[in-house]
Amino acid sequence: MYTLTGLKLENPTILAAGVLGTTGASLCRVARQGRAGAVVTKSIGPAPKTGHPNPSMIKLDCGFLNAMGLPNPSYPGFLQELETAKKDSDVPVIASIFGGSPAEFKEVAEGLLPGKPDAFELNVSCPHAEGYGAAIGSNPCLVEAVTAAVKDVVNVPVWVKLTPNVSDITCIGNAAESGGADAVVAINTVKGMAIDIESGYPVLGNRSGGLSGKAVKPVAVKCVYDLYTALEIPVIGVGGISSWQDAVEMMMAGAAAVQIGSAVYDRLDIFSEISAGIETFLQRKGYSDVKELIGLSHEMV
Amino acid sequence: MLPLNATIVKINEESPSVRTFFFDYQFETMKPGQFVMVWVRGVDEIPMGLSSKNSITVQRVGEATSKLFELKEGDSFGLRGPFGVGFSLPSKEEKTLIVAGGVGSAPLAPYAEAASAAGSEMHTVLGARSEGDLIFEERFAEAGNVYISTDDGSKGTKGFVTDVLSRLDLSAYDRIAVCGPEIMMASVFRLLEDRKVLAKSEFSLHRYFKCGIGVCGACCIDRSGLRVCRDGPVFSGVQLLDSELGRYTRDASGRRVKI
Ligand SMILES: Cc1cc2nc3c(=O)[nH]c(=O)nc-3n(C[C@H](O)[C@H](O)[C@H](O)COP(=O)(O)OP(=O)(O)OC[C@H]3O[C@@H](n4cnc5c(N)ncnc54)[C@H](O)[C@@H]3O)c2cc1C
Ligand SMILES: Cc1cc2nc3c(=O)[nH]c(=O)nc-3n(C[C@H](O)[C@H](O)[C@H](O)COP(=O)(O)O)c2cc1C
Ligand code: FES
Repeated sequence: MYTLTGLKLENPTILAAGVLGTTGASLCRVARQGRAGAVVTKSIGPAPKTGHPNPSMIKLDCGFLNAMGLPNPSYPGFLQELETAKKDSDVPVIASIFGGSPAEFKEVAEGLLPGKPDAFELNVSCPHAEGYGAAIGSNPCLVEAVTAAVKDVVNVPVWVKLTPNVSDITCIGNAAESGGADAVVAINTVKGMAIDIESGYPVLGNRSGGLSGKAVKPVAVKCVYDLYTALEIPVIGVGGISSWQDAVEMMMAGAAAVQIGSAVYDRLDIFSEISAGIETFLQRKGYSDVKELIGLSHEMV
Repeated sequence: MLPLNATIVKINEESPSVRTFFFDYQFETMKPGQFVMVWVRGVDEIPMGLSSKNSITVQRVGEATSKLFELKEGDSFGLRGPFGVGFSLPSKEEKTLIVAGGVGSAPLAPYAEAASAAGSEMHTVLGARSEGDLIFEERFAEAGNVYISTDDGSKGTKGFVTDVLSRLDLSAYDRIAVCGPEIMMASVFRLLEDRKVLAKSEFSLHRYFKCGIGVCGACCIDRSGLRVCRDGPVFSGVQLLDSELGRYTRDASGRRVKI
């Protein structure tokens, strides 16, 4: 057993927001068959949203580009999915939420409380949804206000998910910490786009979107490394993790746990595979606890 | 994989609302039942079953399909695929039954051809609203026997595919492959369940696709959580027991919509 902001996890691999998190049954499948230590839901907002037109996600040689546009059935529509996930997944379920203002974040959090999420993750970092996500997450005052607003109305841990599309991510991390965040999650996708040279059209329906997968791992490692230095609260590492080696690297940069998104493309049991790989590594290296890895690289000077 | 550029080389009118678009690229590895994501540039990208190695067969229903219907030979669209799990092919000694309704014929015609080429004895129950809406009757007839049903009785049995099915000895078949409108598939499902032949059946499902590659979660079905775009679109009847089939689907926002 492994403790993260008070939650008990079987292993430190967590399903990232927006990936296989639209339905309760899907979250349960990732938890039970994939053996994720915890699961994060799709980001849920105040009103139903269909998202951007397709293509909304494409695979590149170096990773993935997506512009889903925060499709979600709104908090009343999602409540039964959350209840299913809570009832049948047997792991902590973290509700990812978004809004356009502190008041909207508060409304969504309160609306999902009857579903008894184990924690909330505030999405202030989606790079391709006008007025939401990164529009808030690049403004430290707003990040602090949003965090404080949600902390005010819930009595479970609150994680804040950060965007790397800012000049100094530690400044936003500090704002989340000041607002009372229990952890930060880094990173959301990195702004990107692709153009179809046969026609000249940008490929994504939204024209541009966010890069994830292998290509963003070094960006994520650096963000996590800097946040670990700057903050007191735990940092949860996400971005490009697709093997146990990637997870160990992220932990050595300072991640208290890791989230995995795009790599479910390869296989669903990526979570059990990575946690088994971490265990074997700990044994081989003679570490008694995974905690010994966290931030290890900071001591190596 | 970025969408490849497919140029239309021929267009066939299959019925007043259904056209087949042949393109200049061959999906050599395609398995019948697999689909492609068709990118109508500037409009949308939508899933379509492959009706052969180099064609899709499209029913006009809304914005993107209407835009496809405006395209002429020489025009192009983007294609990603082939994706998903197709129908499983019979072996030589096996007897196969196909149940196709409306544009559900699209992925089943190449299946009939592949099954017949594998030496399987093929029978098809082909249904549509009216005679003019029957899709790929000749392709199915080339592969084996065809029983027809039309809602209005203009050809074959008047009624639904289930009216034909209920008269067949289903125990005689080793495999039953089904694709069509959800209401039809749900009644076929119930009939096969009653006859205790669900274990040898396969159904091709439609759900709203966003990524099409098994990552976003938009197309997951209850209660299994299986992804229609990746674990399907073809599922065995047993996988669909206790599922949402015929009851509800989800729209682009993830909200449940009654069928
Ligand atoms: C695996 C699969 C294979 C398919 N094969 C065929 C085929 O061979 N021939 C054929 O004519 N149709 C096929 N369809 C259905 C086809 O995808 C829809 O008819 C098409 O997307 C409609 O687009 P539209 O813009 O014209 O309609 P819209 O006006 O956008 O919507 C009309 C309806 O089409 C469906 N639809 C729209 N967008 C999508 C989407 N991204 N994913 C899934 N459904 C959508 C919805 O049910 C919607 O209510 C298939 C669907 C799936 C999932
Ligand atoms: C298809 C897709 C949808 C996503 N949706 C969300 C979302 O709703 N909320 C969110 O905070 N992050 C979302 N993300 C970002 C991921 O949670 C993650 O931060 C990012 O993809 C980097 O991790 P990865 O490389 O492991 O995918 C999404 C990513 C993808 C690929
Ligand atoms: S459409 Fe994204 S998982 Fe199926």
